[in-house]
Amino acid sequence: MKPPPFDYHGPVTLGEALDVLAEAGPGGKVLAGGQSLIPLLNMRLAAPAHIVDVNRVPGLDGIEAGPEGVRVGALARHAAVERSPGAAAALPLLRQALRLVAHPVIRNRGTVVGSLVHADPAAEMPAVLALLGGSVRLASRDGEREVPAAEFFTGPMESALRPGELALSAFFPALPPRSGTAFYEVARRHGDYAVAGVAAAVTLDEDLRVAAARVACVSVGPVPVVVDVTSACGPGPAAAAGWEAVAGAVQDRVDPEGDIHATAEYRRHLTGVLAARALRDAALAARGEES
Amino acid sequence: MNETRHHVTLTVNGVVREATVPGRRLLSDCLRHDLGLTGTHVGCEHGVCGACTVLLDGEPVRSCLTFAVTADGHEITTVEGLARDGGLSPVQRAFTERHALQCGFCTPGFLCTVTAFLRDNPVPTEEEALEAVAGNLCRCTGYQNILKAVHRAAELQAEEGR
Ligand SMILES: Cc1cc2nc3c(=O)[nH]c(=O)nc-3n(C[C@H](O)[C@H](O)[C@H](O)COP(=O)(O)OP(=O)(O)OC[C@H]3O[C@@H](n4cnc5c(N)ncnc54)[C@H](O)[C@@H]3O)c2cc1C
Repeated sequence: MKPPPFDYHGPVTLGEALDVLAEAGPGGKVLAGGQSLIPLLNMRLAAPAHIVDVNRVPGLDGIEAGPEGVRVGALARHAAVERSPGAAAALPLLRQALRLVAHPVIRNRGTVVGSLVHADPAAEMPAVLALLGGSVRLASRDGEREVPAAEFFTGPMESALRPGELALSAFFPALPPRSGTAFYEVARRHGDYAVAGVAAAVTLDEDLRVAAARVACVSVGPVPVVVDVTSACGPGPAAAAGWEAVAGAVQDRVDPEGDIHATAEYRRHLTGVLAARALRDAALAARGEES
Repeated sequence: MNETRHHVTLTVNGVVREATVPGRRLLSDCLRHDLGLTGTHVGCEHGVCGACTVLLDGEPVRSCLTFAVTADGHEITTVEGLARDGGLSPVQRAFTERHALQCGFCTPGFLCTVTAFLRDNPVPTEEEALEAVAGNLCRCTGYQNILKAVHRAAELQAEEGR
């Protein structure tokens, strides 16, 4: 189908974009890559009065990678972040996750920040931001605020973004030394949204025991479900950890719902299997070994 | 309702084209209806099938998930622009040689996707080729011949020094 009518705005400066958004209020929607918004319009599941296309606003496509982490601007496409050597070096998890987002052609247009604001509980990038404890920087005509991931995702397809606000960038903090990550998911077809998926981050101490271990699970709750499993890993060397038992602790913490793609029980089962796999490989990567 | 119309200038297959369209005009519809380039096919209109894939500044994108106004001032290549010097491109020839199409509805999207893919990755592995075409739906071929065509196109391009 075709989108319903709306007033189109194509601001060419950030100030102009924020002014238009302020005037549009709750009837305004930002258009970035359009890879989620335009399907919703085409299916007539959304009918905003104003579309504010930010694709012409300069300076929003930055990808700044450093020892602290990676800051991704609102117009940085999935593909650009995926290809960025700096981002991959600072945070291998970004590339691990981005390869699971849709298809390469969708990633050419879709933006990382758009994925975060869209806040689909089946999406990969919200899980990454939640796992790392990152944040999103929001701007309006009245100023800027930085919202931590734990407060940013408020429900399925709901974020803390208020009417009149533009998400300027997202910050993904780097992990300490001796950390490793992995992201695994099961989807009906490559590129589909995950039936279940788990991102894991493991940090080892100097004696190669688990100092910190966390997972973020997708498609098993209204928002990404972050579970800290550090204590479940026990005091022994990470190489001897019983990851299946640790994954059991993850399964106990998720509350999936069933739908036409999978029953709740199957989602819980997959979450356990994927958590064990992701944690084991994250621990291997933390030791500098490939899985 | 009187919709505001926007003037857009697109360089399509190397030719400067102009159209006056409402903000909600999809690039796919602009190409087909406003510019008469019906080679770009429209399947699902939510980004899943890939039939409408065109090159926007050289990168494959879903034209059904792009507004024509957003593309204003940019370069578009459609399936009509792939043939060069009066002959089919290596990718197009490989598709015919390897029988990679049956009804042909999905083919324009595959051709655009594969053209950009082989430009970036001239010697793909089996797995890379599979991933490259996985975002385009074909309901006739079962993909085996499409994959053969991807590799054949890579050969043809290498032979011809691109
Ligand atoms: C076939 C297909 C398969 C897909 N598979 C996956 C998948 O496996 N995993 C996955 O995570 N996603 C998937 N997606 C969804 C899609 O890739 C992302 O959700 C999308 O890229 C979001 O970014 P965007 O820039 O396209 O956002 P848009 O579509 O432009 O916007 C999405 C929403 O976010 C808002 N928004 C965007 N940017 C901003 C901003 N800077 N400030 C304020 N609000 C903003 C918009 O107003 C809108 O509400 C798929 C999409 C398609 C079409």
